[in-house]
Amino acid sequence: MSNAGTSIPELSRQAGEGGAQAAAPKPVGEAPLLAVQDLAKHYPVRRGLILARQVGTVRAVDGVSFTLNRGETLALVGESGCGKSTTARLVLRLIEPSAGHIAIEGEDITRLSGAALRRLRRRAQIIFQDPYASLNPRLSVGDAIAEPMVVHGIGNAATRAARVRELLGLVGLAAYHADRYPHEFSGGQRQRIGIARALAVQPELVVCDEPVSALDVSIQAQVVNLLKELQARFGLAYLFIAHDLAVVKHMADRVAVMYLGRIVEIAEKRALFAAPRHPYTRALLAAIPHPDPGRRGKVTPLGGDVPSPMAIPPGCRFHTRCPHAAEICRQQEPPALEVAPGHLAACHFAATLPPADMAVGGGLSPRAAQRLALFAAGRRGG
Amino acid sequence: MQAPLLAIDGLRTVFRTPSGEVAAVDGVSLAVPRGRTLGIVGESGCGKSMLSLSVMRLVPRPGRIAAGSVKLEGRNLLTLSPAEMRDVRGGQVAMIFQEPMTSLNPVHAIGDQIIEAMQAHEPGARDLRDRAIEALRRVRIPAPERRLDEYPHQLSGGMRQRVMIAMALACRPKLLIADEPTTALDVTVQAQILDLLRELQAETGMSIILITHDLGVVAEMADEVAVMYAGRVVEQAPARAIFEDPQHPYTLGLLGSIPRLDEEREKLLAIEGTVPPPFALPPGCRFAPRCPFAVKACEAAMPPLHELAEGHYAACIRAPVEQAVAA
Repeated sequence: MSNAGTSIPELSRQAGEGGAQAAAPKPVGEAPLLAVQDLAKHYPVRRGLILARQVGTVRAVDGVSFTLNRGETLALVGESGCGKSTTARLVLRLIEPSAGHIAIEGEDITRLSGAALRRLRRRAQIIFQDPYASLNPRLSVGDAIAEPMVVHGIGNAATRAARVRELLGLVGLAAYHADRYPHEFSGGQRQRIGIARALAVQPELVVCDEPVSALDVSIQAQVVNLLKELQARFGLAYLFIAHDLAVVKHMADRVAVMYLGRIVEIAEKRALFAAPRHPYTRALLAAIPHPDPGRRGKVTPLGGDVPSPMAIPPGCRFHTRCPHAAEICRQQEPPALEVAPGHLAACHFAATLPPADMAVGGGLSPRAAQRLALFAAGRRGG
Repeated sequence: MQAPLLAIDGLRTVFRTPSGEVAAVDGVSLAVPRGRTLGIVGESGCGKSMLSLSVMRLVPRPGRIAAGSVKLEGRNLLTLSPAEMRDVRGGQVAMIFQEPMTSLNPVHAIGDQIIEAMQAHEPGARDLRDRAIEALRRVRIPAPERRLDEYPHQLSGGMRQRVMIAMALACRPKLLIADEPTTALDVTVQAQILDLLRELQAETGMSIILITHDLGVVAEMADEVAVMYAGRVVEQAPARAIFEDPQHPYTLGLLGSIPRLDEEREKLLAIEGTVPPPFALPPGCRFAPRCPFAVKACEAAMPPLHELAEGHYAACIRAPVEQAVAA
């Protein structure tokens, strides 16, 4: 297995050469790169053609707070409908929040518009799940990657073309790929194009919205490795949206678990995976199928489905499925309880629940590990 | 040894394309014992779904089965008349797919769809409504009497997949083919469905072919595992052996590509390159261009599956790789 830090330790955490971020003044109070406070997005549900009465509200995101530091990866995880992708789009101001605040380096960006919003977009970019849907099929790859630079008025045609070649190299593609079109590429290569495009304007924050979910496992591993390398090289902060917790454990520094529009638990990665305090986090982790036939069927799955975000249960929103639910859970929404420094869990019993056994097996068998090591060694040689 | 329920032998399914005839399934032989689960793993384009469609004789045009046999209890499905094959489908062999919403008819109540499936195989059968309720109860759908009259859009993804399973099992098939049955589901719902399939298998004694790209799901479910690459089975073994004693370099690459919860690695062991398209397959071993252990001889001839341990087969002349590397 290769060592920590992989290829380019001396360049790690160095921001891209020149450009806006080098000139950006550092605030004295060391504000986090991104701070989100009580963020909410409610959608009215209307019925009727002419009068269109509002008959309900979808509370897609319902009071979310977190911070993200420079060079850090915070993962937002949860099942479909938990609000993780909506949160990502709110952070980038791709949709407008119903309530709450978003700040970048202490500057409130919740109400920015016009040129100021465009400047924000240069600092914060996004990588989507489906790179095919997010690339214009009529635009050559080179034009697609150069487009953000054109929009932000960076460089001239010649410097942009040089930058495109550099970016293609960075993501493991070749310079001649610039003249080709998206349909000529495989899914993994298209995701590399999406990454190159996101990096074109040297952002500090990259929102990765399920960036590897649509890819085959071997390709997924290539893209995950690439994202980690680029982060180390350019000091990128990632807001990493994913539903695959094994990928999250590999990528993230901290993890926030969402359920029905709220963060139910947030903690440093190791603490969250080894000692989760919220019953939902425990159920989610226990439900992951492990590549180990010896562990088969040892877990009782969580019952029921996620309730509709139009009809969020009163009290704790997880109580309808929670094995520990008591009367108080049906009555009162639990506050986020700090169970250890930096480890918050929104459960009335977060401090008193018995520790869960999160042991997941002993890793690869010695024989498999030996052969994988040979695989890695052989590949480096060749 | 007891004869297997299903025996696939030398199956070859081809497609005519502008660049010539290509084989999506290229000489696959597999057996499914009674009451057991065969997991078929591989990435997109490896031929795993086309293999299952070939068993059902549902290969879409311009594809066709060019060679081989598929014997269910000794009877070759490939030589049955279309009418006989219709009886087999949904009767002795049933299938469930990844996305239940596309397999359910949105304008009919789910009860009517289950009843229709039963009528197709038992014309003149009675008490169909009661039996449909019973079918929903078997897949642990709460309040089945009420659910029977609901439409697919009123159900969650997990409930829809339960309805699909209820329909598939309505005629008590001997073999259930499940093609990525939980891929579209959330992880807690996936765990429920896998649990349900295991319970139903114990109740009915049916065999299952489980097609998936997810090694975790295979580990949870399969007794026997076949790993496919570019239309061929490259490794086949009891599930435990696939994970504890993986032999084929492609299997190694797959295992190295998935992050594990019980291990921390700085870097994943990605397989370099991509799966070759079926019209541009390399000569010899199809994995050789991506394989760190490949030598000249790998390009010379397609390696056959050979037995490395009892019941453990790999199509690799370099396996076991530690001996090949040491030599």
